[in-house]
Amino acid sequence: MAEEQKYEKYYVPASSPWPIVGAVGLGLIAVGAGHTVINMSNDTEGYGVYILLAGIATILVMLVGWFRDQINESMSGLYSNQLSDSYRQGMAWFIFSEVMFFAAFFGALFYARVIALEWLGGGGNNAMTNEVLWPDFSAHWPLTETPGGTTTQGMGWGGLPLYNTLILITSSITCHFAHVGLEQGKRTQLKVWLGITILLGLIFLYLQGMEYVHAYQDLGLQLDSGVYGNTFYMLTGFHGMHVTLGTIMLIVMFFRVLKGHFSHDNQFAFQATSWYWHFVDVVWVCLFIFVYVL
Amino acid sequence: MSASIPFAASAQSQFNLTQGVTEVSNRVYDLHMTIFYICCVIGLVVFGAMFWSIVRHRKSKGRKPSTFHENIQVEIVWTIVPFLILIGMAIPATSTLIAMEDVSESDVTVLVTGSQWKWHYKYFDSDVEYFSLLATRQDQINNKLEKGENYLLEVDRPLVIPTGQKVRFLITSDDVIHSWWVPAFAIKKDANPGFINETWTRVDEPGIYRGQCAELCGKDHGFMPVVVIAKEPAEFEKWLAEQEQQQREAKQREQELLSMEMSKDELMDLGEKIYLGNCAACHQANGQGVPGVFPSLKGTDMVMNDIQGHIDIVVNGKSGTAMQAFANQLSMSELAAVITYERNAWGNDTGDLIQAADINEFMNE
Amino acid sequence: MSYAAGEADHNDHHHHAPSGITRWLFTTNHKDIGSLYLWFSFTMFLVGGAMAMVIRAELFQPGLQLVDPHFFNQMTTVHGLIMVFGAVMPAFTGLANWMIPMMIGAPDMALPRMNNWSFWILPFAFAILLGSLFMEGGGPAFGWTFYAPLSTTYSSDSTALFVFSVHIMGISSIMGAINVIVTIMNMRAPDMTYMKMPLFVWSWFITAFLLIAVMPVLAGAVTMVLTDKYFGTSFFDAAGGGDPVMFQHIFWFFGHPEVYIMILPAFGIVSAIIPAFSRKPLFGYASMVYATGAIAGLSFLVWAHHMFTTGMPVAAELFFMYCTMLISVPTGVKVFNWVATMWRGALSFETPMLFALAFVILFTIGGFSGLMLAITPVDFQYHDTYFVVAHFHYVLVTGAIFSIMAAAYYWLPKWTGHMYNETLGRWHFWLSLISVNVLFFPMHFAGLAGMPRRIPDYSLQFADINQIVSIGGFAFGLTQLLFLYIVIKCVRGGEKAEAKPWDGAEGLEWTVPSPAPYHTFETPPEVK
Ligand code: HEA
Ligand code: HEA
Ligand code: CUA
Ligand SMILES: [Cu+2]
Repeated sequence: MAEEQKYEKYYVPASSPWPIVGAVGLGLIAVGAGHTVINMSNDTEGYGVYILLAGIATILVMLVGWFRDQINESMSGLYSNQLSDSYRQGMAWFIFSEVMFFAAFFGALFYARVIALEWLGGGGNNAMTNEVLWPDFSAHWPLTETPGGTTTQGMGWGGLPLYNTLILITSSITCHFAHVGLEQGKRTQLKVWLGITILLGLIFLYLQGMEYVHAYQDLGLQLDSGVYGNTFYMLTGFHGMHVTLGTIMLIVMFFRVLKGHFSHDNQFAFQATSWYWHFVDVVWVCLFIFVYVL
Repeated sequence: MSASIPFAASAQSQFNLTQGVTEVSNRVYDLHMTIFYICCVIGLVVFGAMFWSIVRHRKSKGRKPSTFHENIQVEIVWTIVPFLILIGMAIPATSTLIAMEDVSESDVTVLVTGSQWKWHYKYFDSDVEYFSLLATRQDQINNKLEKGENYLLEVDRPLVIPTGQKVRFLITSDDVIHSWWVPAFAIKKDANPGFINETWTRVDEPGIYRGQCAELCGKDHGFMPVVVIAKEPAEFEKWLAEQEQQQREAKQREQELLSMEMSKDELMDLGEKIYLGNCAACHQANGQGVPGVFPSLKGTDMVMNDIQGHIDIVVNGKSGTAMQAFANQLSMSELAAVITYERNAWGNDTGDLIQAADINEFMNE
Repeated sequence: MSYAAGEADHNDHHHHAPSGITRWLFTTNHKDIGSLYLWFSFTMFLVGGAMAMVIRAELFQPGLQLVDPHFFNQMTTVHGLIMVFGAVMPAFTGLANWMIPMMIGAPDMALPRMNNWSFWILPFAFAILLGSLFMEGGGPAFGWTFYAPLSTTYSSDSTALFVFSVHIMGISSIMGAINVIVTIMNMRAPDMTYMKMPLFVWSWFITAFLLIAVMPVLAGAVTMVLTDKYFGTSFFDAAGGGDPVMFQHIFWFFGHPEVYIMILPAFGIVSAIIPAFSRKPLFGYASMVYATGAIAGLSFLVWAHHMFTTGMPVAAELFFMYCTMLISVPTGVKVFNWVATMWRGALSFETPMLFALAFVILFTIGGFSGLMLAITPVDFQYHDTYFVVAHFHYVLVTGAIFSIMAAAYYWLPKWTGHMYNETLGRWHFWLSLISVNVLFFPMHFAGLAGMPRRIPDYSLQFADINQIVSIGGFAFGLTQLLFLYIVIKCVRGGEKAEAKPWDGAEGLEWTVPSPAPYHTFETPPEVK
């Protein structure tokens, strides 16, 4: 921490309109999304979607405004090392919270697979569950026929999922090369590797989309095909949303790099993005193992 | 704290746990009292020390504060001692629990199914099954009539079990989670839809035992009592045989009714009774439902125009909603009557008469 | 002393708060945001309390008098949600905002803009939740625990709004917690080592960790409820291979740590107040820290004690029973340490101390009933009765809420620069103490004798108890209006408070003048 004599001032912004804009945005998103879902389920027309879109737009405005302020402050040297540490730690804890979010869904996957299905099949202290309620059901994974009788097919791990795994792992490495380039001041290396990372992210998303189409059309594996499809789509879906977000962040970083931002000791945003990207990558590896392979 | 001790001492008090009528319930009660007394003693020591300083170590008495703020030995002692006390509690708790969960070697098995808001009992090795509904009159609940002694704790058809035998309960649900609870047996088990939980009891004394649903299950969760009658085994066998006989006869009557036409008045009378007992909890006595939760039946398209759709939804229910399938809950003539009633009550006046034969035809399609 | 050092070199900075509404909307100042949180929390306490009054009025007599069962269930549900997420948690976050930077010698929270965002999400989240009560079909009516499938297939349309409102509440809590944890890790004055931090800071440090770990799990749970209800998934439906009990596992994996989130900061507050009014250093500082850590760690291993009746295998029931019982050990250490702190001190009994002492006794009583609940075979009898309701109101109302009252009285002079009216404060205390016990103590008896919770009507044997309880409830509710009056009076004026109005108090917050200047510790203070 700072020495006794020369203490770096911790920059506390005087006030800012952006947070409350963000709060309004989130409020609109919540109301809008809620009503959209309700309208959808009742097949009614409603204003839900418009509120939702207004909310998203508000959040975008907030993001632009907030980050612009922040970039300006950063570029004019207001930020101390201590403040950068705050940002880094904040980002690290944010990623931890994301880990726990995925943990909830992984937990659901393990529970359904190891406990719920066992019991429906008569395991544990549930012999009568199977005998009386689901006499025709036997437990197996992937759950290609649910106790209620919905059928589907399992998704193998070869082919697309495997390619996607390789692509994401590669992108983590290229992202690291880009970071090394930044550290060493080699701007061209930085730009090239960052560009490749973005490209890999986009390819991943494209292939993931293809895979969904294949699952829906050829395998009959759908969001509502029982708990196998549920966990499959929830996990890959939320992961896909995170890849999308990560790719957008990388693209923003790319443009900032083009504008000449970031240096060896001023690179929080870049670093945060790369952490996020590595996190998304690790989640995918877990997903690949537990959702596809095992 | 101390105020509760005199109450706690008396057995079947209004202020303490039911001691119950089974060996298990007595063990549970003893466990409860033991732990309660241990807590009282710990409380006395801790609060005693606290009040001692509150009284003696006051600034207003001119005390100078000491400055000690650590003492490893004391701290170790008050970590270890509670730990030992806990072990002392865990041992009897463990053995009681293991005894409670041992459902093997039962003599009678009953399948208990909860649904919004009634219980269904089915005896496993005979053909007897029936629903058990709250018997307290709506007028008592709405304070229009004086409340009876067993207000909210009475049902039309209680569960009957033999004394002295190990009775196994298989507990499940048709819709949301309920919980089957009889304090006198120390049994409370959740009824989870799609799964079966098991528990058991062996009741020593004949008698009537009352309990309630113990898991929030929607609007009428508070109106879903459990009543169990324990009878001597011989009486129980006799009762069971009678029930079997009655249910057989009812089935025969049902067959006969298929070929008979009921008059509109008959249909409407029976229909109203069935409606109030089974449907009014959601669709309300005036047929208008609860907006946004339970649909109205007054003047709606299905009720006014679509007979087949109407029969279908009552017979098969609507999956994904609170609308149950009544095929197994009501007889065909009852189904016919209630549908007729819905199509003609509250100003619907379609004039449609549905007969048991219509239902039979629909079901056999 | 250290304040004076700071005074010299930030003359360039504006000392006074900006004025007007935008001050509150745009503020990045931890004290402003702390005040916002505290006022918001108190408002929610009144709203949630008003719902409790509806519950108590309906239960005053057997029979249905005022509300229909469906509405009753909404009141119970929203009362629980509002009190937990709207009253207790924001109150603690408000205290954290006000006090943590001042206690560790930091100029502000680490991420001031995000701080403002965390707060302002809350009014929207709760407006949505409360608004849903007015929808067709009514608001959430499935208990604050929203067990599936009552909350999925069998719930009204407002569920979608409930879900998204919980989502944004969660975002707010997570951001708030990240702010606290980063502030503590990164903003301490140079010599403020971890083991010198006041216990309030320590307990919040650990609480923040719990929050970041479990709020996302809650988000996952509500998301699955949403998709089960609206998108055809069957996480909690056996026909599709799911299990309604799985919902409970996920919910309580969040829910149990959540209840400690509502008590650990209270431990911190009491650990500040008792030494101050005993004029004696806290006994066993280090063991307090370790005990808090142990409670937090264990809290991840006990969740299924809320689910003993769901039909888990015996081995699981035993595991969760043992782990739950173990929590008594570190909690006991804390209680014993408080008593040892008082031992041979020089005690005086100003309002904060009164509330803190009541906390120790009444929280312990709540802890004892918790221990009784932990004993699986007996919990079969207690579960979902008023015995549980009595347990958690003891730990939450006479625990969490009392600690918040104590904290308010303790720090009001620092916040407002005025002393509150001590006579009225004591009135508030004694009236609260008596009425709260009339309110919650008899619930133990009702529960033991067999009264289920979440029912709008009950059988005749419970009539007397419920009448007494309701009277206690109305009295306790009215008494809290006195608190409102005392606080407003204190903000408006009163005897001037010194920098350190309590002679036994310790800590950096007492080295700055009262009221605390808008900016404190812009250069770090010296820590002894
Ligand atoms: C602030 C909140 C808070 C706190 C601190 C606690 C603390 C504890 N709780 Fe409680 N609990 C709730 C809030 C809280 N609880 C809520 C809200 C519910 C209901 C949720 C719902 O269903 O809606 C609940 C429900 C609940 C249940 C489920 C009951 C049921 O539904 O059937 C159980 C069961 O084990 C339990 C146990 C405990 C235990 C063992 C503790 C322990 O932490 C207590 C430890 C403290 C002590 C024991 C006292 C001090 C110790 C000593 C003086 C040392 C010596 C003592 C001994 C050796 C005995 N709680
Ligand atoms: C921190 C949390 C907290 C707090 C502070 C409280 C405070 C109170 N709670 Fe409760 N409560 C819960 C958390 C909390 N509660 C939870 C989690 C549940 C479970 C929900 C569920 O089952 O899902 C519950 C459930 C619950 C029930 C059971 C409901 C049921 O099972 O059906 C009852 C019943 O009496 C009750 C009563 C009260 C009362 C009287 C107060 C009082 O302390 C409130 C006092 C405050 C005020 C009254 C406000 C101030 C005054 C005014 C606004 C003026 C108006 C006053 C008058 C008209 C007199 N609460
Ligand atoms: Cu059935 Cu509560
Ligand atoms: Cu718990």
